[in-house]
Amino acid sequence: MNRFDRTYTTAMSDRIVRYVYPVNIFFLALTGFGQMPIYKRYYMSDIPGFGWLANFFTTRYVHYLGAVLLLTLISHLIFDYFALQRKRIKVTHTGYLRGVLLAGIVLTGILFVIKNFPGFFFSSEFIITLNLCHLGLVMAFLLVSLYCLIFRKKWTSAR
Amino acid sequence: MEEEISRRSFLKGGVATAAGLVAAGIPGAEALADVEEKKQLATLLDIRKCIGCGACVDACSEANSDKYPNPQKPFPKMYPSRAKISDWSDKQEVSERLTPYNWLFIQHATVDINGEETEITIPRRCMHCVNPPCVKLCPWGAAKQLTNGISRIDPDICLGGSKCNKVCPWDIPQRQTGVGLYLKILPNFAGNGVMFKCDRCYERVAAGKLPACIEACPEDVQTIGPRDEIIQKAETLAKKINGYIYGATENGGTNTIYVSPVPFGELNQAIEKGKGKPHLDRVEDTMADANNLAAAMVIAPLAGLAAAAGKLYNYTKKNG
Repeated sequence: MNRFDRTYTTAMSDRIVRYVYPVNIFFLALTGFGQMPIYKRYYMSDIPGFGWLANFFTTRYVHYLGAVLLLTLISHLIFDYFALQRKRIKVTHTGYLRGVLLAGIVLTGILFVIKNFPGFFFSSEFIITLNLCHLGLVMAFLLVSLYCLIFRKKWTSAR
Repeated sequence: MEEEISRRSFLKGGVATAAGLVAAGIPGAEALADVEEKKQLATLLDIRKCIGCGACVDACSEANSDKYPNPQKPFPKMYPSRAKISDWSDKQEVSERLTPYNWLFIQHATVDINGEETEITIPRRCMHCVNPPCVKLCPWGAAKQLTNGISRIDPDICLGGSKCNKVCPWDIPQRQTGVGLYLKILPNFAGNGVMFKCDRCYERVAAGKLPACIEACPEDVQTIGPRDEIIQKAETLAKKINGYIYGATENGGTNTIYVSPVPFGELNQAIEKGKGKPHLDRVEDTMADANNLAAAMVIAPLAGLAAAAGKLYNYTKKNG
């Protein structure tokens, strides 16, 4: 391992990203699915410690917190890639795929956030389309992420 | 779209009707005649005038009966058993609370006014919040807010999950099992019917007519108009009678403004509350917490940039 590798792999921000990212994705997915009235019906909120999943305002708040963290992580990784690592690593095919899906999730999520402010009137058709896109992108992202986890596909590889 | 008032469609189809109503001396119709496409309409309820005759309740039923559910029986068995059937089809005559077949009811309160025991009657229906959680948090887009401030639930899209009821501070939307889209998807495992509530007679308003409850009231309890004007009227009236206002700031503001000679805290103590019987308590803005957090989403990329910059600084320092 050369000096550069030692420096970037031991950076505090990288270690934080490595552990925080999967935990954040888990909570985003958990609270995202919690926007549908399913956890109480299917006894999920009866599990000790998960009672909060039955409260729609709490799940929405936690989802927003997760979104703030996700945006921080994404912007950090993008800036980090362009400022430090572009010359030594490249984004893999599965990395691009996950990146595009994540970008779609973020974009549709931002539109949801805007919709929830007072005074914003989105048409019913647009909201339904937005719902289906957000949910579809999340499902695809989770499936691709699972595939990458099982087959050890990384976001980036050495140039 | 049929539910949206466009100025053109209103001018074409509505003005004549509104003018007719004005000519007939029906209060409030003139306010609708001046309605702007994107202006939220609010109603003012001067509850001193309400005599509890129930004319508004009857008019509501008459105007909306074709929208009432007609469920298919027997209902699909639902799994798990926690999902309960909600059937009002055999209790359509119930008028002392909100049901899928009764979108407006009269609440009674016996209070003390100047040492005299007085019965106050209060028409209760959907408050039509300015930022309605039922609409904004509907996971399926079945609940809609029109640009004129009306919130309504589309019975063709609603799956009856009842989230709108859970997030409504007043327990307004009510469920009927055995109707709607869920029957065509996974009736045993997802959905449970359709949610019903007051839609403030959106088609009548779109045609320049008054909502049925306002038109039918013999005591002119309700007035409808642009929200800012209605708030102003409510404040003037409250000042004049040394009274109190409810609905202007509740849940971040609603389009149903009550003015009472009695504090609403007292009225809230005196009314019967419970399922389908909304309270008159103070309500914080339920949408505000998460919406305030949205500001952090704007700052989040800057935090990411700062972290990356910190890393770049450390790297540069260590590597000369």
